[in-house]
Amino acid sequence: MLILECPCCGVRGEETEFHGGGEAHLKRFGPGSTDDEFHTYLFSKENPKGVHFERWRHNNGCGKWFLAARDTMTLEVFGTYSAQTLEPPKHIRDAITAKRPGWTWRDFS
Amino acid sequence: MSNAVSALAGTSYDGFARIEDQGLRGMITLRGDLASKEVKAVVKATTGLAVPGQRQALSGKDTAALWMSPDELLLMCPYGDVASVIEKIETALKGQHFLAVNVSDARTFLRISGAGAREVLAKVCPVDLSPEAFTPGMFRRTRMAQVPAAFWLDEAGAFHLVCFRSIADYAFNLLKTSAKPGGEVGYFA
Repeated sequence: MLILECPCCGVRGEETEFHGGGEAHLKRFGPGSTDDEFHTYLFSKENPKGVHFERWRHNNGCGKWFLAARDTMTLEVFGTYSAQTLEPPKHIRDAITAKRPGWTWRDFS
Repeated sequence: MSNAVSALAGTSYDGFARIEDQGLRGMITLRGDLASKEVKAVVKATTGLAVPGQRQALSGKDTAALWMSPDELLLMCPYGDVASVIEKIETALKGQHFLAVNVSDARTFLRISGAGAREVLAKVCPVDLSPEAFTPGMFRRTRMAQVPAAFWLDEAGAFHLVCFRSIADYAFNLLKTSAKPGGEVGYFA
């Protein structure tokens, strides 16, 4: 079972109280971008076995979006943090490094 | 003038806990900066209560102030007072970024009481409802089987539950099934 803590309302709840929103930290390409950029943004998603960053919404609770760093294989959650961030904060990266030394994900490590 | 009635029309059920419709209640969704002194003042003026802290429920005689999210409260008042309360809020918060909406007829308000109340809810919500973890005054929005719901526990040990009016029948039947005699688990006993 995946157990997440919503950083907006502080509830520690199980997966069914939340709704997954796909990959986190996407750079969006819309009107004015090339077909290749748009294609990459829309379809080229990370699908790692291990450390992953995702968007989640507390849809049966406070209704807010947040980001989560977790392991896709063990369902271990390294931490959840505000959706208003462009990259994982240091304490989240440190928490992952402590458990999974040498991890990388897109441009982050 | 239409005659307003609650979806469950005062129905109740006695199992190993008592489930009852609490009838019509004035409910106002108030969104805005909960830390601002104007919001604090108007909540006090209209309900007689302070702005609740995170996941807290404050209740008065006919009123309640419930913490829904970091920028949202649910205020309760007598059903007939809603229009005047909203008018007061709109006057007090004029010029601020806020929203006050009458949701009274969009919600169903239930009460779950009796010794088995915790267990009835614990069977259908993924929440730790043990007496140590869930104490009076706590407010929780969560999933109740297949629908979203919100509830708080009062000092007398009864739960007050708010859910959408459109699923009133489902919610009542669900709690009824959960409270059916013979279905006691005795986990919190």
